[in-house]
Amino acid sequence: MNEFQDRRSIQEIVHNARTVAIVGLSASELRASNFVGYYLQRHGYRVIPVNPNEERVLGEQVYPSLRDVPERIDVVDVFRDPAAVPDIAREAVEVGAGALWLQFGVISPEGAQIARDGGLKVVMDRCLKVEHARLLGRMHWMGFDTGVIAGSRS
Amino acid sequence: MGEAPREFGFNTRSVHAGQRPDPYTGASATPIYQTAGFVFEDTESASAYFNLQEYGNVYSRIMNPTVAAFEERLANLEGGAGAVAFASGLAAQAGLFFALLEPGDRIAVAKALYGGSTAQLNHLARKLQITIDWVDMDDPDGWRRAVTPETKALFAETIANPGGNVLDISLAAAVAHEVGAPLVVDNTFATPYLCRPLEFGADLIVHSATKFLAGNGTTIAGAVVDSGTFDWSNGRFPSIAEPSAAYHGLKFHETFGVYGLLMKLRSETLRDFGAVLAPFNAFLLLLGMESLAVRMDRHVGNALAVAEWLREQPGVGAVRHPALPDSPYRPLVDRYLPAGAGSVFSFDLASGRDGGRRFIEALSLWSHLANVGDTKSLVIHPASTTHRQLSDEELAASGVAPGTVRLSVGLEDVDDLVWDLERGLQAARGSAVPA
Repeated sequence: MNEFQDRRSIQEIVHNARTVAIVGLSASELRASNFVGYYLQRHGYRVIPVNPNEERVLGEQVYPSLRDVPERIDVVDVFRDPAAVPDIAREAVEVGAGALWLQFGVISPEGAQIARDGGLKVVMDRCLKVEHARLLGRMHWMGFDTGVIAGSRS
Repeated sequence: MGEAPREFGFNTRSVHAGQRPDPYTGASATPIYQTAGFVFEDTESASAYFNLQEYGNVYSRIMNPTVAAFEERLANLEGGAGAVAFASGLAAQAGLFFALLEPGDRIAVAKALYGGSTAQLNHLARKLQITIDWVDMDDPDGWRRAVTPETKALFAETIANPGGNVLDISLAAAVAHEVGAPLVVDNTFATPYLCRPLEFGADLIVHSATKFLAGNGTTIAGAVVDSGTFDWSNGRFPSIAEPSAAYHGLKFHETFGVYGLLMKLRSETLRDFGAVLAPFNAFLLLLGMESLAVRMDRHVGNALAVAEWLREQPGVGAVRHPALPDSPYRPLVDRYLPAGAGSVFSFDLASGRDGGRRFIEALSLWSHLANVGDTKSLVIHPASTTHRQLSDEELAASGVAPGTVRLSVGLEDVDDLVWDLERGLQAARGSAVPA
């Protein structure tokens, strides 16, 4: 656990976000970023790939940086080396994104603090796909602990 | 959003975790999804399920919603990221070690181990070219002396069957992590109600769910629970971290993070082994686990009362219950098993092999059978059953005396259990059994 895994923040992001810019989204179907992007599209999110080395991924135009994205971003979802996170966090603050989400292993307390100081919600070392599947999806079909305890139909 | 999500207690989670009211019918009990396959919505979804890009039901040899409810409940109670159920405890164990190990690897294993596990590991070692370093788990330096740079896992039971040895979990975990290997603990005898080894540093749990989790002796079942915290990308576990030849080059740990090993266990190992838990059996396990805490309190209380009574009886030698005040395991019980040390223990009859046979024959309430963790009280005399082919000398080498009797204390009234044992002890001593 770290201070950037608050369950309420995770819930708010998963429930309310619509547009997710995925920094480091790979065109390879075997990479985690592609799994997550594909999954989020299936579940109705608008996915905007950010990657200087690609042109189209998952049917969407790719932008070289967050500054080049011409629309409002709810979540900046990062699949990059932790050393790259502080700069990405500064860009996320600059473009007025709603949240910075750092995937499994993308651990950068410095980047997380920059984003938090800039007014963004921050989640670190968690997977956006997993948290969606836990709260809204079908993770309970795979024997994973969702933490969901409910005796009522909701 | 409103208030923060609540942290529910153990009893609440025993009843509810993994199960939600059926969204379609409102059924309160978990439906038994007795189906081999699941109809796909469309071709795109089918591809996504097979590629593991989306969680979806494909085929009950890989996943099933009733089985998943059991898996999630067990993972939740153990404090793990998830679980994969198998057809039996031994299937779960074989599946886990098959997923973790490569030919040439070594594993360090406690000598005080269920005989079925010992036999299985020796067999796996021969077939897979694995070397087992056997460990005296009571020796504080035992684990450290046994591990080598090739050690890929450490394995022991929380409470050993039948000796009652209690594992120093934190110590074994520290040694395991020094060499970059996971600590695997068989938590069958403790259940997550009495001990949660992941909280003390263990990385993986295996269960024979046949025992206290099912609770009623109705169901053969097993499971692996993963903490999700072990670093499989530490360079020592290429089958989990590197591209998988059995799954089109997927890197399980990189792609699925904390769920990497669980995804591999399900979509490769269970798929290939086929030792899958049946949905009806998962339903029985869910029923049993609803009352786990209540049953375990009674099991623990009854077992300790029977152990204390036995110690006062003529013709009874050692009583090996780890929670007795003079047990060498008492400090470890205080640390790891504060709510009780389970309900399976052994004791020695002074009257040896023949006395053991007379003891068993005189019992009328206790069931003579080869299982433990039932609501019913069970008894077995190893020297005349499981260890019958061994000489007295060979028995001693396996830690069993000719007069050793193993009890699994159930939920009956203690007075009735003691009444029956009294008749057995009289017969063992050679006196006539009262009518």
